[in-house]
Amino acid sequence: MTLAARRRLAILGVLSPPLLWTLVFMFVPYAIMFTYSFYTRKFPTFVPDFQLGNYLALFADPQYYQVLLRTLKIATAVSISALLLAYPLAYFLAFKVRSASLRTMLYLAVIVPLWVSYLLRAYTWKTILGSEGVLNSFLVWIGILDEPTPLFLYNQLSMVLTLTYIFIPFMVMPIYAALEKIPRSLIDASKDLGVGRAQTFLLVTLPLSAPGVLAGLTLTFCLTFGDFVAPFLVGGPNGSMIANVVQSQFGTALNWPLGAALSIAMLVIVLTIVSIGDRLERAGRLDLG
Amino acid sequence: MTSIVEVESLTKVFAGGVTAVDDVSLQVGEGEFVTLLGPSGCGKTTILRIIAGFESPDRGRVLLGGRDVTDDPPYKRAVNTVFQDYALFPHMTVAQNVGYGLRIAGVPRADIGRQVEDALRMVELLDKIDSRPAQLSGGQRQRVALARAIIRRPKVLLLDEPLSALDVKLREAMQVELKHLHQRLGISFILVTHDQKEALVMSDRVVVIDRGRIVQCGSPAELYDRPATPYVASFVGTSNLVPAIIVASDANGVVAEAGGHRLWARLGSRRFAPGAHVLIAIRPEKVVTVPAGGVVPDAFNRIEARVIEHLFHGHGLRTEFDIGCVEPFMVDIQLPAALAEVGLAAPGASVTLAVDPANLTVFPADRQP
Amino acid sequence: MTASAATPAGIASTRPARRRRPIDLPGRTLALASILVLAFLYLPIVVLVVFSFNDNTVTTLPLRGFTWGWYERLFANADMRAAIGNSFYVAGSATVLTLAIGVPAAFALDRAAFPGKAAFRRLVLLPLALPGIITGISMLNLFRVLGFNLSLETVILGHGTALVAIVVTQVYARLQRFNRRLEEASTDLGARPWQTFLYIVLPNIRAALIGSGLLTFTLSFDEIPVTFFLTGRDNTLPMYIYSTLRRGITPEINAIGTIIVVASLGIIILSVSLLRDPERRPAG
Repeated sequence: MTLAARRRLAILGVLSPPLLWTLVFMFVPYAIMFTYSFYTRKFPTFVPDFQLGNYLALFADPQYYQVLLRTLKIATAVSISALLLAYPLAYFLAFKVRSASLRTMLYLAVIVPLWVSYLLRAYTWKTILGSEGVLNSFLVWIGILDEPTPLFLYNQLSMVLTLTYIFIPFMVMPIYAALEKIPRSLIDASKDLGVGRAQTFLLVTLPLSAPGVLAGLTLTFCLTFGDFVAPFLVGGPNGSMIANVVQSQFGTALNWPLGAALSIAMLVIVLTIVSIGDRLERAGRLDLG
Repeated sequence: MTSIVEVESLTKVFAGGVTAVDDVSLQVGEGEFVTLLGPSGCGKTTILRIIAGFESPDRGRVLLGGRDVTDDPPYKRAVNTVFQDYALFPHMTVAQNVGYGLRIAGVPRADIGRQVEDALRMVELLDKIDSRPAQLSGGQRQRVALARAIIRRPKVLLLDEPLSALDVKLREAMQVELKHLHQRLGISFILVTHDQKEALVMSDRVVVIDRGRIVQCGSPAELYDRPATPYVASFVGTSNLVPAIIVASDANGVVAEAGGHRLWARLGSRRFAPGAHVLIAIRPEKVVTVPAGGVVPDAFNRIEARVIEHLFHGHGLRTEFDIGCVEPFMVDIQLPAALAEVGLAAPGASVTLAVDPANLTVFPADRQP
Repeated sequence: MTASAATPAGIASTRPARRRRPIDLPGRTLALASILVLAFLYLPIVVLVVFSFNDNTVTTLPLRGFTWGWYERLFANADMRAAIGNSFYVAGSATVLTLAIGVPAAFALDRAAFPGKAAFRRLVLLPLALPGIITGISMLNLFRVLGFNLSLETVILGHGTALVAIVVTQVYARLQRFNRRLEEASTDLGARPWQTFLYIVLPNIRAALIGSGLLTFTLSFDEIPVTFFLTGRDNTLPMYIYSTLRRGITPEINAIGTIIVVASLGIIILSVSLLRDPERRPAG
């Protein structure tokens, strides 16, 4: 056997398991879901069909498109808030902390909450914001409020707050990584040319950290978009997002075709965001080597 | 001499249409030290890697000890390689690195220990036996790489620019050490380098490669004194390459005209017709300066020149002259006394130069250099 | 202070006046902002831990008194204990699965050129940004078509699919930095491909394997959206907590939360100490 043939055989051997896995557990399921989205619901299950009714419902029925718009709005709000809170922290870690061991410790301190159960961290906001919760009792205790208010919980604000909290570490990580890669010499050169601190930041640091910002925004937006836990915990009656609607189609509403169609719609939206992010990143890619 | 390594009509084309190796055939004898010499990208490393088995040729064969090993993977070939960046395993100690080949071959542990010590003693690094590569200097890592490659007693040792990462002083010392190691081991060495000085010092035979093809193959002295092309003349050592036109030609030599001078060259095997464009190669150290009022030696060529500048090289002086051609004409002289005691002609001054016709090599000018 | 004898008369003392360091207002503000964000990050965790010891069924201030009671209730809860065991089983199996699938995938992406490589790469990495609900639902459909009953095993398959991307990205990044010459040196010295992989490649990508394995384990342990759609009769811990929350809040949840915080800290310290990469040590 020639060297080249030997190599090809080895590649085939190594590639087969993951290729097979991807085919069976990723490609085929999406294909099935796509097919289901055209089926018709027939109580208690559904029958094969080819009709666009499920997709039309998404656009025609306010019940669905309002939720979709609400979800997009919340996802945007969370992404921006998380960015505004995470960037200063990432910047501080990358540039202002001199000691390497302190920097590692602080970075780990940011990452640790990620490893603590997401469900629990979201749940604690419920306990903090609730009528019988920490915030209310604290405010009553120090006299700002006369009695607990239900205003803190079960609305879109509490959802944005909770989700922003969850995603701050997700934002810090890529931004910190991008900031760390910027050679200090570039910043020194800018200052050497007489450019002030604020302008150096705007003209040099910020653009060079853009890939990290983009990565964080994409991740935060997509994952917030598809979340159903936060609405369940702190959302309240008007706080459901598109994922909750999908969830109920596979649960009590027993409308799998509609659920499939909504899932495909979500998939398309997420893929679009990811490719936009990819394209922006590639367009602005700079070689810092 | 039986050939221990032979490559036949080796051709390798990389993706993008780059022909790295173009129909190369070569034989290396038992115990020979052969150097593949050429600039970066000329294909010499590719040839080495094909011999080692890391690359497959598109055409041609590789034979080791007479056996066709073209389709054999590296672990089946009785050759070992010393890599340019040494490629020491960072997670193992020196002892484990050196003994790796034996361990793979199933040699008993006690024997491995003994052979590792012998190998390290041969490269004079026994005291670092338990260190890790990260703790060693460049020169020390190179010795470990050597020990690791020779411990399995291969028939051929391949060395890929082994000294290029070392600084000059260390490099010169290692050149001599490698030569001694070769003599002690008695196996064939194939070394790849772009440094012609290295090639001259260490090799029994040098193969000059340019753009994938062998340009000349011979002993260091042959290459230096009888270069086959202007390329070899200027790559191995330094040469002035003077463009000239043949004026007359007979059985003994040719007369050529360059920059207003008439130069007579004693001929080798080539014949030239009058009117032919040629390049005349003259080594700087073969030119003598005739002191003012002195006599040009018998039959020597005489060149009137004007000083451009002097360049002090410590042991010698290189002077650039204007002889009426486009390129400056370089002359090297040894300095028997201190520079201050040598009377230097000022820039612009006229000096008479002389060179023996036997030290002129004439090449056709339309041949690719 | 008197001028020294060497100082010529009329020339002032050459000792410079002490320079006042200017107050770095933007820098100080940044530091303050960072500390506030960090505090914000830890506020819920602190609340969790504090109230797990608080002798009160509702999380109100002021605190009532120290108690181990919630922890006791926690350990007495058989369902909770079963759920924890299930979570370990699922997370462990999912980690093994992602490593078994992800490492070859990373190698194939790093070294081989094959038709459909770009599509394969996209598909494998998709679950990183894709909400878990879509992975969960799509695999639910698959199992329905195949006629599989939902169980812990379907959950494991779901986690494996969703989390393999983590192993692939980490190992791939490590392989890109890996010095191929080391592998060539190994084959040059007589090692067959499996020996080169075992003795040379694996030890040097150890950090990536351990890091991604730990991350996969943790994410699997805590996974909700995929698990939600693929769970059968047996619950994992997050599923158990989720269904408990449906019925109302009990402070035992604070207790289990605190234990998870402590365990996570332990894992992080473990991973940091294990993640020493031999090739990253500076050259001598």
